[in-house]
Amino acid sequence: MGELKPTRRAFLAGSAGLVLAVSLPRRLRAQSNAQTFVPNAFIRVAPDNTVTVLVKHIEFGQGTWTGLTTMVADEMDADWTQMRAEHAPADASLYANALFGIQGTGGSTATPSSWMPMRQAGAAARAMLVDAAARTWDVPAGEITVSNGVVSHVGSGQSASFGDLATAAADSTAPAEPTLKTSDQFTLIGKNVARIEVPQKTNGTAQFTIDVFRDGMQTVAVAHPPKFGATVGSFDATAALQVSGVNKVEQIPSGVAVYADDTWAAFQGRDALDITWDDANAELRSTEQIMTTWATAARDGGLTAEETGDLDAAMADAAQVIEAEYRFPYLAHASMEPLDAVIEVREDGAEVWTGSQIPTTDQATIAGILGFEPPNVTINTMLTGGSFGRRAQPDNQFVAELAAAAKASGPGNYKLQWSREDDMTGGYYRPLTVHYMQGGLDADGNIVGWRNNVATQSILKGSPFEAMIEGGIDATSIEGSTRMPYVLPNSKVTLATMDSRVPVLWWRSVGHTHTAYATETFLDELLEKGGKDRVQGRLDILSGDAGRDRAVLERVAEISGWQGVDAGNGIARGVALHESFNSYVAMVADVSDDGGQPRVHKVWVAVDCGIAINPSIIEAQVAGAIGYGLSAAMFEEITLLDGGMVDQANYDLYRILRNTEMPEIEVSIMDSSADPTGIGEPGTPPIAPAVGNAWRALTGETPKRLPFVRA
Amino acid sequence: MSISFTVNGTPRTTDTDPAKPLLWVIRDELKLTGTKYGCGVAQCGACTVMIDGVASRSCVTPVDSVEGAEITTIEGLSGPEAAAVQAAWTEIEVPQCGYCQSGQIMTATSFLTETQNPTDEDIAFAMDGNLCRCATYTRIRAAVRKAADSLEA
Repeated sequence: MGELKPTRRAFLAGSAGLVLAVSLPRRLRAQSNAQTFVPNAFIRVAPDNTVTVLVKHIEFGQGTWTGLTTMVADEMDADWTQMRAEHAPADASLYANALFGIQGTGGSTATPSSWMPMRQAGAAARAMLVDAAARTWDVPAGEITVSNGVVSHVGSGQSASFGDLATAAADSTAPAEPTLKTSDQFTLIGKNVARIEVPQKTNGTAQFTIDVFRDGMQTVAVAHPPKFGATVGSFDATAALQVSGVNKVEQIPSGVAVYADDTWAAFQGRDALDITWDDANAELRSTEQIMTTWATAARDGGLTAEETGDLDAAMADAAQVIEAEYRFPYLAHASMEPLDAVIEVREDGAEVWTGSQIPTTDQATIAGILGFEPPNVTINTMLTGGSFGRRAQPDNQFVAELAAAAKASGPGNYKLQWSREDDMTGGYYRPLTVHYMQGGLDADGNIVGWRNNVATQSILKGSPFEAMIEGGIDATSIEGSTRMPYVLPNSKVTLATMDSRVPVLWWRSVGHTHTAYATETFLDELLEKGGKDRVQGRLDILSGDAGRDRAVLERVAEISGWQGVDAGNGIARGVALHESFNSYVAMVADVSDDGGQPRVHKVWVAVDCGIAINPSIIEAQVAGAIGYGLSAAMFEEITLLDGGMVDQANYDLYRILRNTEMPEIEVSIMDSSADPTGIGEPGTPPIAPAVGNAWRALTGETPKRLPFVRA
Repeated sequence: MSISFTVNGTPRTTDTDPAKPLLWVIRDELKLTGTKYGCGVAQCGACTVMIDGVASRSCVTPVDSVEGAEITTIEGLSGPEAAAVQAAWTEIEVPQCGYCQSGQIMTATSFLTETQNPTDEDIAFAMDGNLCRCATYTRIRAAVRKAADSLEA
């Protein structure tokens, strides 16, 4: 498994873990009335026969609304058309992520952490509806059946909808341990039920944070320091205040805030500010300088994260030693919806609308800044235009700025709206990273030694989650370089943790974004040097307990018709295998040389994510993850110029993948009876090495510095 | 300065900064929120609307340049091409996060209004100006193909 999960599981330390709200808390029972049946914190059955699932994870494209609602609906034996979904409020006592101990979305955990709780919630609701029918009809509960949302008793000819039984069901007692279905009894799980929020995302009615307008709301734009770590020295707001629609200007901890009647006025006012910045604590190095320092550290090696055998002896005896250095840039998440949030501050509390990835700590941060108790801060989690990790900041940076801007102005309604430039230049990037690799081959071309030195900046260090770093090793820095599925008899993985003032953050698949590329392209090169086929060579060294890795690799070889790296007609093939977040993914990519840069024609994928709850959404997530990973591999790079300014402020200079650059994709999902695992991230890591390996087959060289196409 | 135009058939007049992009008039003044802000520099296509029937980037269109124009947003989209595109989008389940999809649908509708029997290559090129960070591109292509085929049937 990926190391992210046990790491993030450390969130559990000192917490109560998941509270399965099968029995109804008092404050929710108050919502239960003659009209609506609220069997537990996750489900509401309305008299109009709709069943609404309160989804404890943010829906930002990965399909949580549909996936979690499917789990409930299947156990309830509901009809899919009666199901609805909405975001649960911020309340960790009811909606904690079982793997975190707090309410939050990340690490591809929404599905695995919900698998049992949501099914139990659905099964409990079903049992209570059956009990209500039994009492109403005066028949034995054991003779009652439920199918497609209809509760029936054959003997008496009675039947009723869930809505008909809502009032009576409120008097049913929730079963302590509801009986769950066996997998052969599933009716919706495993089917492509219609994705719930597609209609509203097709007709323009879906409501995102940017679409929230409140009475008297002011839009706030903040001028941020142009260099990381810089602060406001002094400023002159005269010109800004002359912009039509600008109401006031206030200094806040993160910069200078402009309050205006609308977005355009706020942006114009912000541009009119005259600010002198204090660079005393600013990062002034360019990324070239940072990269050079980190490359030296990677060659020198750092703290040992994992070790097998005697690497130095093996290298001394090796017939051939190969080395390689890989350089990975800072990456921006570049979600389509720039960061935004709306807050209403009253004397006694606040209400917030935003795409909250960690509601528990967002709530605590806002409450702390405004001087409220957390329960007095309501968070409405909105549909969100992507995130890929950006909205899960351990320091709750964005809502902290929101709360500070509101506090500086006083009670009222505010929308904090970042521009694309704010979003792109605002840091919280995938860390710049260097890998130094050495591989030893014996006379028969077998791998006898493997060294992987990683130099990168820690995501957790200095954050509230620093305690999750064990023995100096931030697992998010090296996950994927350790616990590889291959038998590497003499190996050593080290980590040099580097510092900069550039804020860094998890970015779709986190450490795997770079470890998968370094390990899978270097392994591929060693197999080539050893005269091995790239698929068979991998199969030969997979460990005995890597059955799921083996199965996806064999499957992708089969569906792609793998015959080696030469596919003819100027097309070369690359293969890669990488597990992350407990899901196993193998890919084969067909690539040609298009004027000196890779053109990816087709990608075959085999994926094992346990029980496939909704194959269509899995296919979409895998295709999207490939697009995201390919975009970064091909084009994406945030650079700091000499002096520390970010060079890319918008999509013109931060190039992301476009439609004509997206390959055809064929996904094969493994049949499985294992509990479901994550699918938001695992499709990202293997695409870059698959393409890099194909490129080496075409040109003789693995791209060692990403992105492949550099400006 | 008073500027008049129609949006989805309704006459509208705004008295605002003539340089203000049409996007912000549509969103902040008219509260038609299906049209999205993504980049502000005509790079992503999330703000795409029809101006006199032509798919245009509202984020770089000064509002004073649309005096007398007929503007259509996702909320007012109609006609056989729009119906075919939206039906295909729903059936193929194109959206993931959904934020760019209004712009994608506007571009696809405009393209199919102007182009009969497009090739797959035509479709990819027509949609190349609309970024999707979720990379729903393969389903976008499939949906435009399906809509095109349904219009020819």
